[in-house]
Parts: sequence; C-alpha cells; structure tokens
Amino acid sequence: MKISPSKIISLLFFIFSGFYLYTAHQIQVFTFDENAAFNAKTFPTYLGYAGLMFSALYIILPETKPSNVDLSILDYKKTILLVVLMVLYGITILRVGYFLSTSIFLVLSYIVLGERKWLWIFLLSFPFVAIFMYLLHGLLNIYLRDPFLQYIGVMG
Amino acid sequence: MIEGILIGLETAFSIKNLMMVMIGCFAGTIIGMLPGLGPMTAIALMIPITYGFEPSTGLILMAGVYYGAVFGGSTSSILINAPGIPGTVATSFDGYPMAQQGKAGKALAIAAYSSFAGGTIAAVFLLIAAPSLSKVSLAFRSPDYFGLMILGLTAVSAFSAKGHFLKAMMMVVLGLMLASVGQDTLSDIPRFTFQNMNLSDGISFVLVVMATFAMSEALTIIFKANDPTRVAKQISLSQLGSIKLDKVETKKMVKTIPRSSVLGFIIGVLPGAGSTIASFLAYGMERNFVNDDEKQKFGKGSVNGLAAPETANNAACSGSFVPLLTLGIPGSGTTAVMLGALLGFGIQPGPRLYQTNPEIFWSVIMSMYIGMVILLILNLPLIPYIARVLATPRTFLIPLILFFSVTGIYLMSFNNFDIFLMIGIAVVATILRLYDFPMPPLILAFVLGGLMEENLRRSLLISDGSWSFLWDRPLTLVIMLLIVVIVGWQIYKGILVKKVDTVV
Repeated sequence: MKISPSKIISLLFFIFSGFYLYTAHQIQVFTFDENAAFNAKTFPTYLGYAGLMFSALYIILPETKPSNVDLSILDYKKTILLVVLMVLYGITILRVGYFLSTSIFLVLSYIVLGERKWLWIFLLSFPFVAIFMYLLHGLLNIYLRDPFLQYIGVMG
Repeated sequence: MIEGILIGLETAFSIKNLMMVMIGCFAGTIIGMLPGLGPMTAIALMIPITYGFEPSTGLILMAGVYYGAVFGGSTSSILINAPGIPGTVATSFDGYPMAQQGKAGKALAIAAYSSFAGGTIAAVFLLIAAPSLSKVSLAFRSPDYFGLMILGLTAVSAFSAKGHFLKAMMMVVLGLMLASVGQDTLSDIPRFTFQNMNLSDGISFVLVVMATFAMSEALTIIFKANDPTRVAKQISLSQLGSIKLDKVETKKMVKTIPRSSVLGFIIGVLPGAGSTIASFLAYGMERNFVNDDEKQKFGKGSVNGLAAPETANNAACSGSFVPLLTLGIPGSGTTAVMLGALLGFGIQPGPRLYQTNPEIFWSVIMSMYIGMVILLILNLPLIPYIARVLATPRTFLIPLILFFSVTGIYLMSFNNFDIFLMIGIAVVATILRLYDFPMPPLILAFVLGGLMEENLRRSLLISDGSWSFLWDRPLTLVIMLLIVVIVGWQIYKGILVKKVDTVV
C-alpha cells in the first residue's frame, strides 16, 4: 500500500500537535491562576486539540485532490548547497562581520547556481554590499556589527 | 466642520507641508521596499526628525511615510514575493503570479491605481464620517473581535487553499502555534521557549514571512529548476510587459475598488483590526463577487484578486486614523507608533482633538489625499525602472533574495539564532509548499494569534469561563453563522467533488 506524502506530512503534524499539547500542559501557571477561566495554557491547549483534530481528519478521510510531485525533476544538490551556505553565513555574520560574510555568501551562491560572469559576480557582491551597508549604517543610522571592518580601521 | 476643513487645507497646502508629504512618500517607498523595514520602522525612524517640526508638519511627514511604505511593501510583494508587512501578503497572491506571467509592469500599475483609489475614497469617508464612525468602532466588543478573527482565518483557508481546505486549516493551527511561542502577554510566563532566551520575546513576523514567502520561494525555484513549466515561467518573469491597462481590466477594477474601499475603511476603523484583516477579507469577498471564470483565475494572476487587497489595505490605513485621532486608540502597530509621536508633541488624541487642535486633525486628513496624489505621480513613471529587478538573471536574483531575507531578520535581532530559525522554517515551508500546503493562512494566523488569544481571554473572563459569548450578542452570532456557512460550504463542496469523480 502506498501512502501519499501529504498524509505522511499530516501524520507528522499529528505527532507535532501531540507534543505541543503535552508541552502546553507542562506550562507552569501561578497558583491563583490554576482554576481561572483563562490562564497561560488555555489557548495553547485548544490549539493542540485543533491540530490533532485537523491532521487526524486529513489522515482518515480520502483525499479529494491529491498532490502529485515528480521527485525525479527536483534539484537536491543545489538546494542543499544553498541551505548549507546560508547556515555558514549565519555562523560567520557575527564573528567575521556583516561586510565580508555577506560578500562571500553572495559570491559562493552565484557560483553554486552556475554563474560564471566574474565581473558581475564581483560587482554584485563586495561593492554592492558596501553601498547597502552605507545606506543602512551611514544614512539610516542602523548599527551593523563588523569586527573585520573595525580591525582594518574602516569602521569606528 | 467647514471652517476646520479650510484650516486643514491651508495648513496642508503650505509649501513646507507639501514638501514634507513628497519627501515622506518617496522615503517611505524606498524604505518599504527594503526587507524587514515596514511602515512601522519607517515611521519610527522619522520620529527623531519630526521633533524639530510643528506637530502638524511632523504628522504630515509621518502620514506620507506611512503610505509610501505600504506602497513600497506592495512592490516587493509583487516583484519578488517578499511581503515586508502583513498588509501586503494578500497582494502577493495574484501580484506575483502576474509578474511571473510577464505582466510585472501591469501588476505594479494596478497596485498603484488601486492604492490611490482606495486611499482617496477612504480619505473622503474620513473627512465626512470620522466623528460618527468612532461610535461604530466602539460597538465592537472582544467576542466580536474573536469571531471576526476566526472568520478571517476560515475565509482565507477556504479561498486561498484551492480545494485543500483541511491542509489550510492545519496551516492556520501551525501559524497560531508559532505565534504562541514566547512570554504570555499578561502573566509573563514563558511558553514553548525551552529555556532559550532568544525565544522569550516570541518569533518575529518578519522572520516568519521572509521564511515562508521570500526564502521558500527562492528555494522552490532552485528545487524545481529542471521542471519544464518552471523554466517557462522564469523566461516570462524577466519580461516587464506594458503598464497600460486595457478596457476589460479597467472595467474589472472599477467594480472592485468601491466595494473593497468600503470594506477596507470599515475594517480599518475597528481598533486592532488594521490593514491585514482588511486585505485578506477584501480578497475573500472579491472572490465571492466575481463570476466563475474569474474565480478560477484567483491565485493565478487575477486583476480583481490584486486590486481588492491593494485597495482595501490603503483604505484601512486611512480608516485606522479614525480610532487614533478620535478615540486615542491606535488601530494598528503603525498608528501605535504615531500615537507615541503625538504624545511626544504634547497632543492627547481623543474626542476633543478636532475641537482643541483642528489644524492638526484636519491637516492630517487633507494631507492624506495630497499624499495619495503625490504617490501616484511619483510611482507611475518609476514603475519601468522598479520592475527592472525582474530582468536580473536567476543566478543573481535568488542569492540576492536570500541575502535580503537574512539581512531583514539580522537587522531586527542582531543575533544568528533568528537566522538559523528562519532557515529551518524556510526548509519546512519549501517541503510543505511542494505538497500544496498553503502559506497565506499560516501567515494570517501568525499575525492574528496574539490578538485572538487576548480577545478570547477577555471574552472567557467576562462570561466566567462559559463559551456562550459566541451567541450571546447578535453581532457575534452573525459572525459565527457566517463561519458555519463557510465551513459547511467547504464540506459540501468536498462531497460534491468526490461524487462527481465517482460518477466520472
């Protein structure tokens, strides 16, 4: 028997709702609030039940409009590489600084997606980020932490 | 009143104030287009500047920024499917598909005309009915708001899910669950934070909207890069198309704009409702008004589907000034920031404002209209240049969208936990979208989650824990009946589809 992916997702949502409901019951409320008509766990409890109900209905009822996805045409390699690059960007943005980490992220992403126009790759990374930073930091006065630029003395 | 209007006109038409509206509209449009910087941030950035001005000049500048930022938000919704603010999420439903079909110029023009018309009609309403409308907005109680929010969520699930009602309802629940993360607003008790300090303030709207819309859209484009239909879409995405509307399109808009303006304005008047609910409800209402052929086009680039939310969100912006100016109650987060600015000027908004400070009250209303005209004059000629962003090759556009999304959230929190959370949500959203789990209901639920809980809390406390508040008041009862009709219709439709399939 083949189970549709939508039903598997609904089953996962059912489990997630169960976990949510369990966590909702664990919320510590003030003693005087325990028997109140509404406390911090009332709304989440209803949400947990609603999640269980809708996902159970989807699992039980026959699908009126199944979603067909051709998995063979999906490009897993590039997508996963982009996600990994984003994670690395997230790790380096505070340590290295906004300018360098953003520029390197952009350069690598362009290359991963197959771009080979090196002049454009350069223009749309380092100078582009510098202008964007000037707009935010210089004109709108939004502070951007950048240890690298501070180290080389560009930023105070 | 006539005297007040004349004072307002005199103040609004002074060279200095006209300049302020222009600067405000232009700055607002630019800031609104940047991810993570919506009207609220735009106005907040203007507060220190306005303190050097007279109160009316300062408020006029902020009103200009407000409208400009809303239009700027629509632009990014249409071009890169990245709504910077909740009020423009519904704009992306049909605006982005239109851009994908090579009609980006037209989509932006429709947005500009609709915004102008919606804002103008609402400004006239505001002029005529502001004092008496404040009484209407006071008639809504917590149970009505709670009902109105469930109605909004059910309507969006029914209309945007294209036959996947249960999937949409699951997304509603997921959106509400995400909104419940963080400290409880009344008791400050942490919920679902798992002792992580980064979650104690909850998950930000920008994070969720960027992850589920912009980022997951970018990932989906790469994920489905080999899909032949996607390749065709990408080619048309790079085409701007004409910005001129033909007779049929104009005719459609002429019908849509008045009804969406009225709805948007009324919803905007209700404190706490704001442009988000207005735009979603207008989208749902419009779908009910059009014929079956047009109904099929919703979500695929319908003119009505784009004009309705755009008109309504601008009308609601004007409407939200009613509770602010007449009651001192902000109708949205943005007007809450403006309330802070007003108090900073030493002005107490309330029922006596238009007697004690008529020049402020009326000049703000007048400047709204002027702002609309300036926004149209300013933005229409710029459309071809703004839309050029679509001509950017995919290999550059996708990383730039990802960069804007990450920057948007980084600018709000300055920590990398939020970036990781956003990436996680984007990956999950990409998989969910692949199997037709719709994202708009999730976003609306996320936005309304806090308000919904607040109104449920008040309703249950007033009725001493009894759920009878759902049918005690006639207004609440009518709203609840509407919900039952929508759910019943969805179930009936589901059975009908199954029967037809069996027969075939």
